[in-house]
Amino acid sequence: MTAASQPTPRHIPDRLKSRLSRTLKSWEALLLVVAAAIFVANALASPYFLDPWNLSDASFNFTEKALIAFAMAMLIIAGEIDLSVAAIIALASTVMGSAMVAGAPVWALVGLGIGTGLACGAFNGLLVAGFGLPSIVVTIGTMSLFRGISYIVLGDGAFTGYPPEFGWFGQGYVWWVFSFELALFAVMAVVFGVLLHRTNFGRLVYVIGNNATAARFSGVRVDRVRFILFLLTGVMSGVASVCLTSRLGSTRPSIATGFELEAVTMVVLGGVSILGGSGSIPGVVIAALVMGLVTFGLGLLNVPGIVMSIIVGGLLIGVIALPRLWAMMRK
Amino acid sequence: MQAQSASGTAPVLSLRGITKTFPGVRALNAVQLDLYPGQVTALIGENGAGKSTIVKILTGIYQPDEGTIAVDGQEIRFPTAQAAGAAGVTAIHQETVLFDELTVAENIFIGHAPRGRFGLIDTARMVEEARHLLASIGADLDANIRLRDLGIAAKHLVAIARALSIDARVVIMDEPTAALSHKEIHELYDLVEKLKAQGKAILFISHKFDEIFRIADRFTVFRDGQFVAEGPMGGVQEADLVQMMVGRAVDQIYPKRPAEIGAPVLTVAGYCHPTEFDDIGFTLHRGEILGFYGLIGAGRSEVMQALFGITRPSKGACKVEGEVRVIRSTAEAVEAGIVYVPEDRGRQGAVKGLPIFQNVTLPSLGRTSRHGFLRLAEEFALTREYTRRLDLRAASLDQDVGLLSGGNQQKVVIAKWLATRPRVIILDEPTKGIDIGSKAAVHDFMSELAAQGLAVIMVSSEIPEVLGMADRVIVMREGRIAAEFVGETMTPENLVRAAVGIEEAA
Repeated sequence: MTAASQPTPRHIPDRLKSRLSRTLKSWEALLLVVAAAIFVANALASPYFLDPWNLSDASFNFTEKALIAFAMAMLIIAGEIDLSVAAIIALASTVMGSAMVAGAPVWALVGLGIGTGLACGAFNGLLVAGFGLPSIVVTIGTMSLFRGISYIVLGDGAFTGYPPEFGWFGQGYVWWVFSFELALFAVMAVVFGVLLHRTNFGRLVYVIGNNATAARFSGVRVDRVRFILFLLTGVMSGVASVCLTSRLGSTRPSIATGFELEAVTMVVLGGVSILGGSGSIPGVVIAALVMGLVTFGLGLLNVPGIVMSIIVGGLLIGVIALPRLWAMMRK
Repeated sequence: MQAQSASGTAPVLSLRGITKTFPGVRALNAVQLDLYPGQVTALIGENGAGKSTIVKILTGIYQPDEGTIAVDGQEIRFPTAQAAGAAGVTAIHQETVLFDELTVAENIFIGHAPRGRFGLIDTARMVEEARHLLASIGADLDANIRLRDLGIAAKHLVAIARALSIDARVVIMDEPTAALSHKEIHELYDLVEKLKAQGKAILFISHKFDEIFRIADRFTVFRDGQFVAEGPMGGVQEADLVQMMVGRAVDQIYPKRPAEIGAPVLTVAGYCHPTEFDDIGFTLHRGEILGFYGLIGAGRSEVMQALFGITRPSKGACKVEGEVRVIRSTAEAVEAGIVYVPEDRGRQGAVKGLPIFQNVTLPSLGRTSRHGFLRLAEEFALTREYTRRLDLRAASLDQDVGLLSGGNQQKVVIAKWLATRPRVIILDEPTKGIDIGSKAAVHDFMSELAAQGLAVIMVSSEIPEVLGMADRVIVMREGRIAAEFVGETMTPENLVRAAVGIEEAA
């Protein structure tokens, strides 16, 4: 290193690899191939698969979970997690049910559902960002807390009898076979994709996920970003609660049980590192499609739910493990 | 070839021609070191002279590239830490490597506990033997207490007891008094005398001249990874040792350009912290490079991190260009125009895993973006502008910062801050552990920044760097400002004296 230094600084190119070659070698590309394979396999296995209305019905398998998964992906990339999302859905649904019984109009129900999500997210965010508690512990706690409130309010009972207009959010169609939920999924995919990949805020999410200490030493308001991410996840859980409650037309305290793990599964399957720092929204979108296609295809073949969850679990481990095995074999 | 000490005994441990190279840095270049039974040898050198590297070689953590280690004249190798321990070499570090959750007795005997039936640890015997060992060094400690309930001094005693338990012949003490109180230091001296009386060879590493003169029998001086001199303490003066440590024509290496020193930019008054520092006050001017010198642990970094909003001072005020600023977060420091290049580059400086350009533009995203949306072309342009000025070496601006050498990572961190157009830049050990080529680039650039009117604070433990670059030097000792030197009074001797606390008349 003691060689004479260059008289003029060397030219350093911006990038070495083109965008195209990166895209082709990406995780998302691999996942897209998997999705296509599952699509073809399903189409061959069942004559009912390619029917547009059937496919549209199938989308309900993943749209609500995917709405949460988009926000969850940002949270996990930033090195945090929120396991209380399904409980937020339950609490938001309970709040909406109570308001419905009291005679609140539809717009107020929607507002209350999303508002409850916002409040729950703010509570999580305050505990994590404000008091510096680990998010996994905080949200395991609030998971019990939020759903517990629903159980206290409802007991064994249920809220039913939502007004017919409220049903549109979960059962209505925007155009032809495209449901409101599917349209919302598409819009949110774009919104979150832009937020994570095209804005300063999204950049900070990656920076914090890679090295929160260095982020702080670079003048980043780390806790503010974390708080906003919990707010976002809370709001999306509220939105999902509106859709799900509307689709089911009722509220039980057990609503959306297990959604948190399915959302995390989608995020991880989409290529987001569970340790934080990397991943993308397109990956999560494709992962949502993969999971939707698998459950729908297996449903057409009359595979029971238990077996289905085994297959989804195997798919997750397989897709995560295969690239590593491949790399090990080549060595 | 066996060296003979003045007293005629042969060394227990003898190193010859030891060379150790790391990527970009030659940490040790054909150095030698002899340790004699019943004698304390002080290893003296500035930070970066190669002291810690030699300790790591002696304890089997590093393997030398060349050279020989001989114990009792027999050539030997220490492929592992266990091998070094088996040969009777043990080290007591600044931060003792002991286990907080284990008891004193368990710490003393970990790895070689007395075994009872079925190969299980015989706890009763272990505690009994631990008591004996502790008593033999005059340590009044309960062998059953957990280590985390002890203070640093007591932990040192445990480490020494451990050294005795494995029947060490060579004891390395790496700045053992750095975290000790006055009284504890004197107890440690007594202990060193006891170890000497038992015929142990002691390698004593310290920056503090008073203690070296007090307990060492011999000295060895390293400088920049080279062996400089060795001999008995009897025939040497303090000034000689300082001269050997520093020993080079300082101003030939450091390209300090004359800069016009202008109006005050930063005024700090009465900064206090409950534990780290007390009553810090100084004024920094445009175009000035203000050096902060002191021993490790003198509180320099802590003061700088308080100025940068990482910690909050309990008292004190800070003015930037005449305006009072309350800095509660790093974001507020950056807004006030104060930026900080941390010493711990890997953890606090660069965001490894992200590309160079994203590191550089991180605090400047407000400028490169529009309405909160990223503009990559602007980011690359800004990155190109500042990395070019620092002569960054990288494959592309999209390369992961973690793949760069230490020196180039440092350039990325500096570029990141310059892109924010700061008023005050604080560099904490800016050239620590980076290669010579990058070092020169960083020095050169620092000088250029001052010439352009930026106010620079440079925290450094390297005397040549401080003297070569700084217009003025503040020396800190034990959390306080000990002295300030300008112009003629900026000599290596004065700096070292103020840092270790020797009176001028000595």
